[in-house]
Amino acid sequence: MVISSALIIWKGLIYITGSESPVVVVLSGSMEPGFKRGDILFLNMNKDPIRAGQIVVFNDGRDVPIVHRVIEVHEQRDSKEADILTKGDANPHDDRMLYTSSNRWLQRKYIMGRAVGFLPYVGWLTIIMTDKPII
Amino acid sequence: MHSFGYRLNGLLTFAVTILALMCVIASLSDNLNIPSPSAEIQIMNINWFQKQPKGSDEVILTMNISADLQSLFTWNTKQVFIFVAAEYETRKNSLNQVSLWDAIIPAKERAKFWIRSSNKYRFVDHGKNLRGKEFNLTLHWHVMPKTGKMFADKIVMSGYSLPEEYI
Repeated sequence: MVISSALIIWKGLIYITGSESPVVVVLSGSMEPGFKRGDILFLNMNKDPIRAGQIVVFNDGRDVPIVHRVIEVHEQRDSKEADILTKGDANPHDDRMLYTSSNRWLQRKYIMGRAVGFLPYVGWLTIIMTDKPII
Repeated sequence: MHSFGYRLNGLLTFAVTILALMCVIASLSDNLNIPSPSAEIQIMNINWFQKQPKGSDEVILTMNISADLQSLFTWNTKQVFIFVAAEYETRKNSLNQVSLWDAIIPAKERAKFWIRSSNKYRFVDHGKNLRGKEFNLTLHWHVMPKTGKMFADKIVMSGYSLPEEYI
């Protein structure tokens, strides 16, 4: 019953939020004390422009997506394409060193969603299942 | 039908559902709070305004930031993340936002404050457009709850400008 209701909620969330992965688990401590390892974040992805201060989940071709805050936006006048820089709240430096293939900025296409809400501790179930595969 | 496993399953589903409902109600209670924050930023000094060797303009400045954000806190608030961003436009970019300073306010008592600081993060343009540039300083805040929906808003303060020539 737990698994089937979780599945129903998951599929429902995909439909409502319009994002392929509407829920992510926080895996690192780089956003502490706001988000700790094991929290889950609800994501939303709409056509609104990315602005500084939003917490975004991005994946520029790495194994796991990263959840960090946008600290710089340079949006071009004509194309509306934007160069974006992110940083984890608890990290002393911005993410430039982390971006793959020597990009100095992120583009919108790498961003999977914006975090709009969160639940603490619930994600530990996923972390435990991936670390110690029983199922 | 009445095995231990089946009962445990039913109990767990019920418990998780109730917990989830409590989290949703806690989050909804945040909507009852109507915040009335205030803030003021003064630029004390432009310490450094030069073109970097590679080409882009860079500014170092000292700000006086005072704010009263106590009305943002509810019982469901874990922390408030605030940051000050400089916002301006250039010929090529319709919007530039550069975060200059940020802080985490962990409790209501610390939400009324005054601080003098130079910019924590480098204020570097995407080019050489900053001479004589007018810009807004915006204080953004992001209310992060113990559980549920996060709120973000900002106060825009305009009327700041950079010198016409490099210092």
